[in-house]
Amino acid sequence: MTEEEVIELIDSSLAEEFELERSEMTPEANIYEDLGLDSLDTVDMVIVLEGAFSFKIREEESVRAIRTLGDIHRFVLTKVSENG
Amino acid sequence: MALEPVVITGAGIICALGHSLEALTTALLRGESGVSYVPELERVGGLRTRVAALVDGVDPKQIPRRFRRSMSRMSMYAYLASLQALEMGAFPEENLANGRTGVIIGSTLGSTETSERFFADYFTDHSLERMRSGLFFQLMGHSCAANVAQSLGITGRVLAPASACATSCQAIGYAYEQIAFGRQDAILCGGADEFHPLTAATFDILHAASTAYNQEPQQASRPFDAARDGVVCGEGSGVLLLENKKIALQRGAPILAEVVGFATTSDTSSIANPDVTAMHTCMRLALEDAGIQAHEIDYVNAHATGTLQGDIAEVEALACLLGDKVPVSSFKGHLGHTLAASGAIELSATVAMMQRGEIAPTRNLHNIDPQCSAVALLQHNLQINPKYVLKNNFAMGGINSTLILRSYTHD
Repeated sequence: MTEEEVIELIDSSLAEEFELERSEMTPEANIYEDLGLDSLDTVDMVIVLEGAFSFKIREEESVRAIRTLGDIHRFVLTKVSENG
Repeated sequence: MALEPVVITGAGIICALGHSLEALTTALLRGESGVSYVPELERVGGLRTRVAALVDGVDPKQIPRRFRRSMSRMSMYAYLASLQALEMGAFPEENLANGRTGVIIGSTLGSTETSERFFADYFTDHSLERMRSGLFFQLMGHSCAANVAQSLGITGRVLAPASACATSCQAIGYAYEQIAFGRQDAILCGGADEFHPLTAATFDILHAASTAYNQEPQQASRPFDAARDGVVCGEGSGVLLLENKKIALQRGAPILAEVVGFATTSDTSSIANPDVTAMHTCMRLALEDAGIQAHEIDYVNAHATGTLQGDIAEVEALACLLGDKVPVSSFKGHLGHTLAASGAIELSATVAMMQRGEIAPTRNLHNIDPQCSAVALLQHNLQINPKYVLKNNFAMGGINSTLILRSYTHD
């Protein structure tokens, strides 16, 4: 997958799960303050990303540091490249 | 200790015959049926019934996702019915979070549909890794009540009686008692249930579901009729707004009727079969609670689900307590059996009919079963302004419940 394809898959998966407006899904958007997610949603976000990319990230410490959509993009891109 | 008087100031309905009390009442008085053929039941092995009264046209997306994610269909019905009840009662928003407003809404089970979806996925590889955060909140026993309280910001008592078909009658009775004892000022109370093939199967395996009218669905639910052959399951929610009468009057609330009596009893003769004496006891205790005599009851809205045994037992108990002159009808001929929601839906419609001065008869009651003929069963709309009304709901598990209402116009 190209970087653009990864980001598109992230954004489309999250948009569908959390009924987000794509126009609001900028890399700078804070997932809590701007996109309106909460702690329960972050549990589901991990499940959605695991389903979309067939990896396991629930135990990853760095997941807890995610604040923006851009953080998610970078996190997933790193995981995807690690998994080759 | 002096008890506080309790009134009904609002009611909300989601059911097969409409999404408001007005729509439901009009449909009942016109003799409409909410029962239809349900093709998905053909795929269930061993299930013989093919009919149900299903809710149509509810768009889940009208509920904000933040609240919806923890709701199964039954909680959505309860939420939407609760909104209607608050709106009808013009309930002050600032009172929702004063700790004196509560929620008592129950269901038969947590969501069966959600359970099925979860376990269908779980059994593929016995993994919990795909389990969403909202699952528990949709499955828990107090899902409807908690979801209503959370979504509406209600901070008082939250209770969730679970007594199958007596659930919402009990919920209303418990709300009446909490307000009468001065523990709460207002309570949204009632019940909700969502249809699932397992619901119909519960009755079918006991030979208590209707199976003879699968090709004539609107004829299938026929309480008291000689050709009845069992229950037709329905779904939906009914929620009433009960309030302390003094406070309701102070704020100029529209008062629909008064709740003046309640009883609920356990019938230990059988976990499944009705007992005349136990039903009679429950109704007698409700009359005693209301402080009225049997002859003062002007109309009975029966539980009568269309089962062979249940309808006969209820008639015998009614005849023994009230005699043979009091008009009696059941709305399950129109609506099917909405289970945990049935008490609240049927009571709400009864209240609306008390106000309109017209009571609906039992739909499909063409030939009264001779064993049900000991009371005055309604077969046509009745123009009447009842002062006192008695409402029954009985449930598997040996749970009986009876409410007594008084028309407010007689004050």
